[in-house]
Amino acid sequence: MTTRGNARTNGNLPQTKICQFKLVLLGDMAVGKSSLVLRFVKGQFDEFQETTIGAAFLAQSVCLDDTTVKFEIWDTAGQERYHSLAPMYYRGAQAAIVVFDITKPETFERAKAWVKELQRQASPNIVIALAGNKSDLADKRLVEYEEAQTYAEDTGLLFMETSAKTAMNVNELFLAIAKKMPKTDTQNPTHAARHRGVNLQDPDAQSSRSCCGN
Amino acid sequence: METTDSPVVTSLHQSDKNEMQSENNIDSITEVEDHMTLPRIERSKETKLLDTLTENNSNPRYLPVDIQKEEAVVFDVSETVKAPEDGGHEDSGEFVVAMLARGKLEEQDVCKRISPPILETSLEASTHWDEDVTAETWRQHRKHVFVLSEAGKPIYSRYGSEEALSSTMGVMMALVSFIQSGDNVIRSVYSDEHTVVFMQQGPLVLVSVSSTRQSEQQLRNELLYVYNQIVSMLTQASITRIFEHKKNYDLRRLLAGSEKILDGLLNLVDFDPSFLLSAVHCLPIASSFRDSLSQILQKAITPNLVFSILIAKNQLLTIAQEKMVIEDAKLDPSDLHLLLNLIGASSAFQAGEIWTPICLPSFNPDCYFYAYISYLDPPECTVCLLLLSTDNEAFYAVAECKRKIEEAMQAQNALTSIAKAQSYSVSQVGVSDLRHFMYKPFDVPDNHHQLTQFTSPEMEAPYDSEEEKMRLLDLYRDMHGRIHNTSRPLKLIYHVGLRETLLAWVTTKFELYTCFSPLVTKSCAINAITKLLRWVKKEEDRLFIRYPPKYSTTPNASKS
Ligand SMILES: Nc1nc2c(ncn2[C@@H]2O[C@H](COP(=O)(O)OP(=O)(O)OP(=O)(O)O)[C@@H](O)[C@H]2O)c(=O)[nH]1
Ligand SMILES: [Mg+2]
Repeated sequence: MTTRGNARTNGNLPQTKICQFKLVLLGDMAVGKSSLVLRFVKGQFDEFQETTIGAAFLAQSVCLDDTTVKFEIWDTAGQERYHSLAPMYYRGAQAAIVVFDITKPETFERAKAWVKELQRQASPNIVIALAGNKSDLADKRLVEYEEAQTYAEDTGLLFMETSAKTAMNVNELFLAIAKKMPKTDTQNPTHAARHRGVNLQDPDAQSSRSCCGN
Repeated sequence: METTDSPVVTSLHQSDKNEMQSENNIDSITEVEDHMTLPRIERSKETKLLDTLTENNSNPRYLPVDIQKEEAVVFDVSETVKAPEDGGHEDSGEFVVAMLARGKLEEQDVCKRISPPILETSLEASTHWDEDVTAETWRQHRKHVFVLSEAGKPIYSRYGSEEALSSTMGVMMALVSFIQSGDNVIRSVYSDEHTVVFMQQGPLVLVSVSSTRQSEQQLRNELLYVYNQIVSMLTQASITRIFEHKKNYDLRRLLAGSEKILDGLLNLVDFDPSFLLSAVHCLPIASSFRDSLSQILQKAITPNLVFSILIAKNQLLTIAQEKMVIEDAKLDPSDLHLLLNLIGASSAFQAGEIWTPICLPSFNPDCYFYAYISYLDPPECTVCLLLLSTDNEAFYAVAECKRKIEEAMQAQNALTSIAKAQSYSVSQVGVSDLRHFMYKPFDVPDNHHQLTQFTSPEMEAPYDSEEEKMRLLDLYRDMHGRIHNTSRPLKLIYHVGLRETLLAWVTTKFELYTCFSPLVTKSCAINAITKLLRWVKKEEDRLFIRYPPKYSTTPNASKS
C-alpha cells in the first residue's frame, strides 16, 4: 500500500540523500485529487473513482539526481462537511497541490480560496502548486489556461494543467514540486523534525509524536 | 439451554388440536400468548388463539391512522394538503395524497396487506437518483425512504432525485405540521397497500413508505438507522446548530457524496438480519485463532485508542475495547452496523490509509471519534482494520499500531487463515428438515460489556436467489414483529406455510427463529430445536466472540 522507505535519512549515506516531505491536496469535490494521487502512486486511473471520506494517506518517492524525495501525501476530501478539518491535514505540510477542474469555473474560484487560506494559515515556507486537472476534456474547457497561469504567476504558485486520465503532467507536477523543496533543510534532523512533524522511519521521532497528542 | 420442557412448549402442544383446522392451501399461525405481560388494550376486535392468515386475508389489528395520543384522528386530506405552489417538475405529490385518502377510507374497513412481488429494480444497490419519479415503476418500489427538514426541504430520497420530489416532501411536511398544530404527533398512516411511518428527530423528519408487511416498530427502527447514519457523519449537535441558525438550510450540501452510504444502508437493512435483531454477526473461526487475533490487537495500542476492530468479508473477526471507555458506555451493535455499512459502501477506503472523523450516535451523538481505516490485504481488500481514537492528532501513532498489527499477523500467517474462514452451512448442524435459523443468545458471560451477537448459517437452496432470500427474511420479519408486538407480545409462533414451516421462540435465554421444510411435524420441529440448541452450545466458542478483549490506553479517558 504505502511505499516504505528502505533506507534511513540519517546523513550517514554519502551518495543518495533521502528527504521526506508532507504534501497535501486540496480542492473542490470531484476535481480529481484522488485520481491525481492514484495516478502518481499506483499508475492507475478509475473512471468511477469514489469520493474520498475524511482524508487518505499515501506515500510515494521520486528520484532527483542524487536525492530521493519521499512524499507523504494527504489526499483530502473536497466535500463541504470536511472543510473545517482541512487545517488538521495541511498543518505542517511543506507542499500543497490545489486542484481545480478546467471544465468548472466555480472550482477555480474555490481553488483561489484554498490558496488564500494556505498562505494565511499554513507553514510560511509552503510550496504551493496549482493544478488545472482534466485537461483531456479540452472541448469542455471553461477556465482558460492563460487566466490560471496569470493568477499563478501573480500569487507565486507553480502551475500546470494535468490529466489524471491520460497521465499528462502528473509525474511532472510532483517532480517540479520535489525540485522546489529545500533539500538542505531535511538533512538536519532536528530542523527536519520540527519542520515536517513526524518521520515514520525515524525512531527518534517517536517521542515527539506522542506529545503532539495533546 | 435444556429448556424444552418449559410451559411454553406444553401450551404449544395443547394448541396442537387447533391446527387441525388449518387447510392445506392456507398458512396457519398458532400464537401462544404470554399472558403475564399482555396488556390487553386491543381496540380492534378480538384476540384469537388461532389466527389464520391467508395471503389475501385481512389483519384487523392495523389501524389506518395511528397517532401518539391514541385517538383516531380523521383528517380531511383536501384541507390538509394544499397543492404545492412551485410549478416546477411534474411530481408525484399526489402519490402520498392518494395513499392517505385511501387510508382514511380504510378506518372502519379491514385492510388488505399483501406483500408485493419483489421487483427486480428494488433489489439493486445502484443509485436511483435519475429515476423518473412519475413512473409506475417508481411507485412500485417495496420501500421508499425520505428525509426532509422541518422547512420541508428535501434531504434524501432512496429512489429518484430529491429535487424532483420536492413537492412530495412538501406534502409530507404539510401533514406533519398539520397534526402538530393540533398538539399531536403523526406516527403512521395505513392504506391497503402501504404503511407510511413518520419519525421526527430534532429538525429532521424521516418518512418510510413501505408495501412490506413489516410492523410499524420495525420501520421506525429502520428510520432510526437512517437518522443515525446521518448523525454519524455530521453529529446531532451540528445538525441542531445548523437549523437553529438557518431554518431552510439545504442539508444536502453537507451530505453531498454520502447518498451511496444511505443507499447501501437501506439495502443492508433489507437483506441483513443484523439490523432486525439489533445484534452483530461474527465470522466463525476457531476460538484459539480468534484469541490470538485479539491479543494482537490488545498489544498494538497507543494513548487515546478506544476501539480496535478487525473485519473480514464485512463480518466481525474481533473487537478490542478500552476498559474505561466501555465502562462509561458500551459499544452498541447499531453503531457497529453503521461502521460496517460505511466501510462496505465505499471503495474509497481502499485508496490508502484513511483518517476521518466519525460519530457513534448510540455511544454519544454529539462528538466525533477519529477513525483510522486500512485494508490489510491489498489489492483484494477483504480484511479491514478499524482503529478508533479520541484524539484527532493521533494518526501517526495509530498508523504505527497498524504496522505492529500487520507484522504480528504476518508472523502467524493470519491472513491465510482468515481467507479460509467462512460462514457455515446449516447441514453442519446435522438436523434434517432444518433449512435455516437465526439464534441470538442472552445468556452471555460478562453481560454488561458483552456485545449482543447472533449466529446464522448461510442461506442455501431454496433460499439462494435474491427473491427467495427476501421472502424468507420477510417471513422472519413478520414473526419478529409479532413476537415483539408491544400490545400483544408472543413467546412462540409456529407457522405452517405452503413452502416452509417456521418456528420462532423467545425465552429469557435466547431468541430463535427457525425455518423447516414444509412437511415437518410439530414434534419433529421441537426435537430439531433441542438438537440445534445443543449444537450451538457445543460450537459457541467458534460462533461468538465469547469474551471481548479489552485494553487500557487512556489514563484520562473521556467521551469527547
Ligand atoms: N476526464 C477526466 N476525468 C477525471 C480526471 N481526473 C479525475 N476524473 C474523474 O473525475 C471524477 C472525480 O475524481 P476524484 O479523483 O474522485 O475527485 P476528488 O477531487 O478526489 O473528489 P473528492 O474526493 O470528492 O474530493 C472521477 O469520476 C474521475 O474518474 C481527468 O483528468 N480527466
Ligand atoms: Mg478524492
